[in-house]
Amino acid sequence: MSLQVGDKNEAVVVDDVNRTHIVKYAGASGDFNPLHHDEGVAQKMAGYPSVFAHGMLSMGLTGRMLTDWLGATSLRKYGVRFTKQVWPGDTLTATGEVIAIEEVDGERRATIKVVTTNQKGESVVEGEAIAAI
Amino acid sequence: MAEAYEFPVDRSAVMLFARSVLDINPAFSDPDDPATVANGGIVPSPTFVQSSAHWEPNYSLDMTRPKTEAEKEAIAAREKANGGGGGDGLGRGLHAEQHYEYHHPIHPGDTLTVTSKPGKRWEKQGRKGGKLMFSESVTEYHNQEGVLCVTATSVGVQTERAVDQ
Repeated sequence: MSLQVGDKNEAVVVDDVNRTHIVKYAGASGDFNPLHHDEGVAQKMAGYPSVFAHGMLSMGLTGRMLTDWLGATSLRKYGVRFTKQVWPGDTLTATGEVIAIEEVDGERRATIKVVTTNQKGESVVEGEAIAAI
Repeated sequence: MAEAYEFPVDRSAVMLFARSVLDINPAFSDPDDPATVANGGIVPSPTFVQSSAHWEPNYSLDMTRPKTEAEKEAIAAREKANGGGGGDGLGRGLHAEQHYEYHHPIHPGDTLTVTSKPGKRWEKQGRKGGKLMFSESVTEYHNQEGVLCVTATSVGVQTERAVDQ
């Protein structure tokens, strides 16, 4: 893959997050923390306005922007910080930008800056991936 | 160090996990797709190993059987010792960061052995949420040949109040 520093990829990874998305992720991952599916727990016990998505749902959705771009087996590292919660109704856009390319272990590897933002332009996930290219 | 356990990787679980992050890439489901063949078979999507929770003995969020008081205490003690994200979530525990290192490919049919141990701990002053207490949990996934496939580092944060919205 002939990537260069400065190359970018952007994808809307979810349009209008709803509770079904969240519940489906809970089922697949096994993360049944009630903050993500039980409105009563989220509001009354924890003081949130509603349920919110798992950070790992945002990370998984963001991963699709990377694997669609770079290939399903290209990632060597992928790490993120969860910078803001994702609420029902949010639309997320993931962006990757090549910030470095180097030769490691006989492979050409790109370091990708990763940012996913909501519809207000606020980042919800920020991190970095390293991919063999 | 938490008890090691086995995580068998099967094709349906890989497909279902990919769909749960809205990913229909045939690399994660179709063995006959040319891209899949080039990859040496179906591979899981990048965050798939998270679903090993289904196989974790006494997983705290498993609701399929009632827990004894002793089991509840053991889970609470283990989570306190291990750190990392998630937990029962009724306190102020949230997932702050997640990092994966991919060392070796995983394919359906593999049986991964999962081991977790606590990592670093640190504190920080939050903007509005009071003191933030961070803790890492490092999980390794070795395949049936003993090859390390993935290292997953989860960073959990405990806050004194509900987090900023």
